[in-house]
Amino acid sequence: MTNKLQIILGGVFLAAAAIALPLDAAHASEGGELKHVNWSFNGPFGTFDRAQLKRGFQVYREVCSACHSVKFMSYRNLSEAGGPEYTDAETKTIAATNKVMDGPDRDGEMFERPAEPKDRIVKPFPNDNAARAANNGALPPDLSLMTKARHDGPNYVYSILTGYADAPEGVVMADGMNYNHYFPGQQIAMPPPLSDDQVTYEDGAPATLDQMAQDVSAFLTWTAEPKLEDRHKLGLKVVLFLIVFAGLLFASYKRIWKDQH
Amino acid sequence: MSGHSEFQPTSAPAKWLERRLPILSLLHGAAVAFPTPKNLNYWWTFGGILMFCLGVQILTGIILAMHFTPHVDMAFSSVEHIMRDVNYGWLIRYIHSNGASMFFIAVYIHMFRGLYYGSYKEPRELIWILGVVIYLLMMAAAFFGYVIVWGQMSFWGATVITNLFGAIPVVGDGLLSLLWGGFSVDNPTLNRFFSLHYLVPFLIAGLVILHIWALHVPGNNNPLGIDVKGPQDTVTFHPYYTVKDTFAVVMFMLFFAFFVFYMPNALGDPDNYIEANRLSTPAHIVPEWYLLPYYAILRSIPDKLFGVGAMGLAIVTLFLIPWLDTSRVRSARFRPLYKQFFWLFVIDAVVLGYIGAKPPEGMYLIIGRLATAYYFFHFYIILPVLGLVETPKPLPESISKSVLDKSAAGKPA
Ligand code: HEC
Ligand code: HEM
Repeated sequence: MTNKLQIILGGVFLAAAAIALPLDAAHASEGGELKHVNWSFNGPFGTFDRAQLKRGFQVYREVCSACHSVKFMSYRNLSEAGGPEYTDAETKTIAATNKVMDGPDRDGEMFERPAEPKDRIVKPFPNDNAARAANNGALPPDLSLMTKARHDGPNYVYSILTGYADAPEGVVMADGMNYNHYFPGQQIAMPPPLSDDQVTYEDGAPATLDQMAQDVSAFLTWTAEPKLEDRHKLGLKVVLFLIVFAGLLFASYKRIWKDQH
Repeated sequence: MSGHSEFQPTSAPAKWLERRLPILSLLHGAAVAFPTPKNLNYWWTFGGILMFCLGVQILTGIILAMHFTPHVDMAFSSVEHIMRDVNYGWLIRYIHSNGASMFFIAVYIHMFRGLYYGSYKEPRELIWILGVVIYLLMMAAAFFGYVIVWGQMSFWGATVITNLFGAIPVVGDGLLSLLWGGFSVDNPTLNRFFSLHYLVPFLIAGLVILHIWALHVPGNNNPLGIDVKGPQDTVTFHPYYTVKDTFAVVMFMLFFAFFVFYMPNALGDPDNYIEANRLSTPAHIVPEWYLLPYYAILRSIPDKLFGVGAMGLAIVTLFLIPWLDTSRVRSARFRPLYKQFFWLFVIDAVVLGYIGAKPPEGMYLIIGRLATAYYFFHFYIILPVLGLVETPKPLPESISKSVLDKSAAGKPA
């Protein structure tokens, strides 16, 4: 009779997989077939690599933040569990390198002060029009949710960052556009943001284009899903509990129905 | 619902209550002593699973509503606030957003179960009709819920779907401004959709009570589709079906948990993680998967009014099934031809769902049109004709006899 239980359990797992896999596979975007990275956060036991998140944040801070905001993130998130886990002191220092507007003070004046951990990560531009004006009319989108706002997001961002090339013969590029193999339509307004040794990593890792692209994509996966580690951990407990509970219920079911079969 | 209970309250408070409001004996009759055919299979557990789903949506929804802000400038970021700053907010929201899909998986299984075993036939027509009303309200609830998140697909989905109502002659324009509360999908729309999103699930709960009340008059149908002949054919609902249904609910929770914990966004559209923007139209506007078959029917017809008409008819048809099916035999087990057409119809529904997700062009459009035609052909031609021409297999004498035969065959003598 445990056979039957195994069949039902197997059926449930298979059904979940059968629904999920084609969904994942159907995610071909209009750009080229994406490159795939073996991310540390993949799979049911996946976790973020803290060193990688720190490197990714460094790339964001030194490169991307010139144009892109991460408006759903606060400095305090940088020291929270499941993220890069900077110390509180480090987070304070990082925050304080930026200025925010505050006020009004007692005289009704607005004033500038250094950012604190409770503040949102400072945006590069006060509004979308300013961002467009500085970028040839193109709007650099907010990146906080980028990896969830595209199919297969982490691989997509990685592919975009490493997907620049010279336009093939015969392709006419619009003014100020760059050829990118993975962007829908292949013409992207963002100039190639990364090149080898663009940053000098605090942890001394070699700053190749590929490494920086992976690191910042991992960082943006964390900004999109800061509770990913909690989710994976709780999921394991819940699933194990449910399996045991289902086993007990099945045994009760068999026992109660014994006189009926 | 009553009449099955010999319930006698023993404790003093229970006696006190019973004399004034006989709710304990009512519940006892409905959920404990209720005589239930002893041969129900696992497809019959989906009713209980659906009650579980409704409970989960209401519970998680009430908590979400405590943190959600129904305003165009804040709705999207308040959802992110739930995901990031509310304790276990990510869990509550992922349960609620995946819960909607789970609800529809369960309801589709439940409905196809009804089609296979002829559960809509005399004397259970009204149970079926109440079910279709619940299904309609579920679609409304899910649509409103999807819109209030105020992502790109929320906004553009709302624009496309509300515009369909504008195609209705005479009342269309009035209906449209009533839905919008203005001249386009905007803040008033978001506000009223949130209000309705909170309301509709409680309407569903009320209809579920009627649905079960109507069920408890004739009692359950069963896989053989024959009537219960006497007590030897039934068992009491508790403990026999309470334990079986609970087991099924826990198995369903496992399936549910996979999505919530390991692929929480697999069933959603990535575009809905981009905040609504009326200046930028997404490349493909598609509804959530559970509405895709109707979307395919809508788009298979080039004229907007007739497309909306066909979609409406596809839904109205569901109400008519008890009278479109002319066969006296309920269960497909004894209807060799119907059984095959049933599976053809399942395939047709899946094809329609697949086409609904594709752009309406080339092969997709042709397949979509054929599948739409077959949908109506199934209900308006095959169902009535089959009942007249098909020779059903002989029906078993009784449920208990069939159960005994089966266990005798299964065990070595
Ligand atoms: C000089 C300004 C600038 C810098 C620096 C920059 N970007 Fe961009 N980025 C843009 C602009 C402009 C767009 C909009 C492109 C378009 O719509 O064609 C964009 C778009 C994007 C997109 C969205 C592509 C899509 O699918 O819509 C991603 C992802 C992205 N940038 C990531 C990054 C990352 C990661 C960095 C840092 C390594 C970075 N960007 C640095 C200007 C910049
Ligand atoms: C029939 C039951 C219900 C269904 C099918 C349903 C469906 C949905 C769906 C599909 C969403 C969008 C999820 C997303 O993409 O984030 C949603 C969101 C929401 N629902 Fe419901 N819901 C139901 C009941 C309720 C109830 C009873 C409440 C409140 C009391 C509620 C409150 C909310 C809120 C506040 C949101 C927006 C927050 C979010 O995105 O998670 N829902 N609902």
